[in-house]
Amino acid sequence: MNRLKGMNRTTRKNYITYLVVIAAYVILEVLMRGGGLKAATKGMLVPICAYIVMALSLNLTVGIMGELSLGHAGFMSVGAFCGTATTMCLVNAIPSGGLRLCLGIIVGTIAAALVGFLIGIPVLRLRGDYLAIVTLAFGEIIKSIVGNVYMGVDGGRLKFSMFTNELNLSPNGRIIIEGAMGIRSIPRIATFTAGFILIMISLIVIFHMVGSRAGRAIMAIRDNYIAAESIGIPAFKYKITAFTISAAMAGAAGALFGNNYSSLIASKFNIDTSILVLVFVVLGGQGNMLGSIIAAAALTILPEALRGFADYRMLMYAIILIAVMLVSNNAKVKDILKNLAEKRAAKAMKGGAAHE
Amino acid sequence: MSNVVLKCKDLGIVFGGLAAVNDFDIEVHEKEIAGLIGPNGAGKTTVFNLLTKVYEPTSGEIFLNGESTAKKTTVQLSKAGIARTFQNIRLFNRLTVAENVMTAMNQSMRYSLFEAVLRLPRYWKEEKEARAKALELLSIFDMQGMADVSAGSLPYGAQRRLEIVRALATEPSLLLLDEPAAGMNPAETAELMENIGRIRDRFGIAILLIEHDMSLVMGICDQITGLNFGQVIARGTPEQIQSNPVVIEAYLGKHKEG
Ligand SMILES: Nc1ncnc2c1ncn2[C@@H]1O[C@H](COP(=O)(O)OP(=O)(O)OP(=O)(O)O)[C@@H](O)[C@H]1O
Ligand SMILES: [Mg+2]
Repeated sequence: MNRLKGMNRTTRKNYITYLVVIAAYVILEVLMRGGGLKAATKGMLVPICAYIVMALSLNLTVGIMGELSLGHAGFMSVGAFCGTATTMCLVNAIPSGGLRLCLGIIVGTIAAALVGFLIGIPVLRLRGDYLAIVTLAFGEIIKSIVGNVYMGVDGGRLKFSMFTNELNLSPNGRIIIEGAMGIRSIPRIATFTAGFILIMISLIVIFHMVGSRAGRAIMAIRDNYIAAESIGIPAFKYKITAFTISAAMAGAAGALFGNNYSSLIASKFNIDTSILVLVFVVLGGQGNMLGSIIAAAALTILPEALRGFADYRMLMYAIILIAVMLVSNNAKVKDILKNLAEKRAAKAMKGGAAHE
Repeated sequence: MSNVVLKCKDLGIVFGGLAAVNDFDIEVHEKEIAGLIGPNGAGKTTVFNLLTKVYEPTSGEIFLNGESTAKKTTVQLSKAGIARTFQNIRLFNRLTVAENVMTAMNQSMRYSLFEAVLRLPRYWKEEKEARAKALELLSIFDMQGMADVSAGSLPYGAQRRLEIVRALATEPSLLLLDEPAAGMNPAETAELMENIGRIRDRFGIAILLIEHDMSLVMGICDQITGLNFGQVIARGTPEQIQSNPVVIEAYLGKHKEG
C-alpha cells in the first residue's frame, strides 16, 4: 500500500505537470482560433515556450545535477544561429515551413549538444563556484564568436569567414549570417504548436531520465560525490551526459526562438539572459519542473503586462533572486520543511510497521 | 583455510611528514569478520581510505581476491568487490531509501539512457527487479516500510543501517564498516552486531570492521588488529587483544568515550 503511494508521489507530480502544459496549450489554441487573444499576447507565445524549455534545461543542470551554470544563454545562442541559418538555407529547397522548422530545431539541438559536450569536458572537472565562473566565461566566449561569424550560400555551397566579411559572394549569392548584425529577414516560421511539442519532449526526457538509473546516479553525485564513487558511479561520465542533454535542450529552445523573429543578433544571448533563466529556475524551485514552467511563463508575461516597469526589469529579477535565496536559506523556513519531512517519514514508518 | 579476500603488505601513507598509517599488514578471509580497533586518530579511517583509493598509498601493496589493486580507482574497486560505509554518514539525502539502495546496483544494470527515455521493456524489467532486490536487502534491517521516505529524514540509527544496505547492494566480496555503531544506544548496538554476523553468514563475505570501543566487537570478530599512531600494535583473537598490555596502555593513555 505504502509502496504504491510512495511510488506515485513523483509519478503523480510528473503527470500533473504534463496535464498543466497540455491544458494550457489547448486553452490558448482555442482562444487563438476564436480570436480571443490580442496580437501582442499571441506574439509572446513562442518566446514563452522557448524560455520554458530554457528553464527546464537549466533546471536539469542546477536542480538535478546540482551545478550552477551561468552561461546557458551561450547554448541557446548556438541553437538559435545554427537552427535559423538552417531554415534560411532551406527556404527554396523545402517549401513546408513546419518541416523546415523541424530540421532547424534538430540542427540547433545537435550543434548545442556538441558545444555543451566540448565545454563540459574541462568545466565539469571543476566544482561549485569555479564551475559557475568558468561557464560564465564560456557563455561570453560563445557570444563573441557567434557575433563574428559571416556565412553565405552561393550556388548551393556554404561559405564561411570570421571577423570580416570575406565571403566574396557572386551576385546570385545570399548572405545568411552577417557578423554583429546577425541574421536578417527571417521568415518567422516558429509556431506555438512547435513550442508546445518541444516543452513536452523536454519534460519527458527529464522525467524519464530522473526516473532511471542514470538520473539516480546524477542525483547521487549531487548529494554525495564521495559516496557515489564508493558504490561505483563514474561521476564525470554521468555529469557530462546530463550537461550535454541540458545544452541540447537549450539549443532546441534557441532554434525555436531564432525562427520566431525577423532578425537575430548574438548580443541578445548575453549574461542577462543566462541570469534571467536562472531566476526562473530559482523562483520555480530547484528540481521542480512545474515550478520552472510557471515561473518562466509568469516572468515573461509580467514585464509586458506592466509596461511601465520595463526599465526596471533586471532590477526586479535581482530583487526576486535575493528574496528567494533569503527565504529558502532562512533557518525558520528550513526548520518547518525539515519537520514536515520528518513527520512524513514517521508516518510512512508507522504505516510500514502496521503492514507487517 | 578459506580464500584470502583482502591482503595488505606494508601499507602506508604520509600526510605532510606525518605517517598516518605505516607498515600496515592484514589478511582477511572469506566469511571472516576482522576488527580494526584503536584510539582517536590512530589511522583506522585512513586505512579504509587507502583500501578504497580515496587516498593513494605512498607505500605498500593491496591485494583483493589475489589481485593487486595498485592501478584501480575508487570506482573500479567497487566493481572489483569493495564496499564501505562512512564514519560521518554519507547518504544521498534527497533520494528515497529505496533509491539509495538501487543507485548502488547501477553497475549490474544494463539498460541505456535511450531505453530509459523511451521506457522500453528492458527498463521496466530491470527497474522492477532492482526495486524488489532493494526491498529484500532492506528487510535485513526490517526497513522495507521506510523504502519511500527520503534518506535524509531518517533517524540516525536507520541512516547507519541504510549505509550498510547500500554497500551490500553493490554485491561486494569485502565489506568495510567504519564505526557502524557510533551514536547508537547499547540495545541498538547489540542488535546491529548480531545483524552483521548474519550478513556474513548469508552473503559469505569478508568484513573489516572499525570500532574504537573494543568491548563492542569482542563478540563477533574472528580476529582483531590494534592500531595506534598509524602502527599495528597488536594482532590476535579477541581474547588475546583484550588482555594485551600494549593495547590496554594505548586505550588508557588516550581514552575516548563511546
Ligand atoms: N587528508 C588528511 N590530511 C592530513 N592528515 C590527515 C588526513 N586524513 C587523516 N589525517 C590524519 O591522520 C591521522 C589518522 O586519522 P584517522 O581519521 O584515520 O583516525 P581514526 O583512527 O579513524 O580516528 P577516529 O577514531 O577519530 O575516527 C590523524 O592524525 C589525522 O589528522
Ligand atoms: Mg575514523
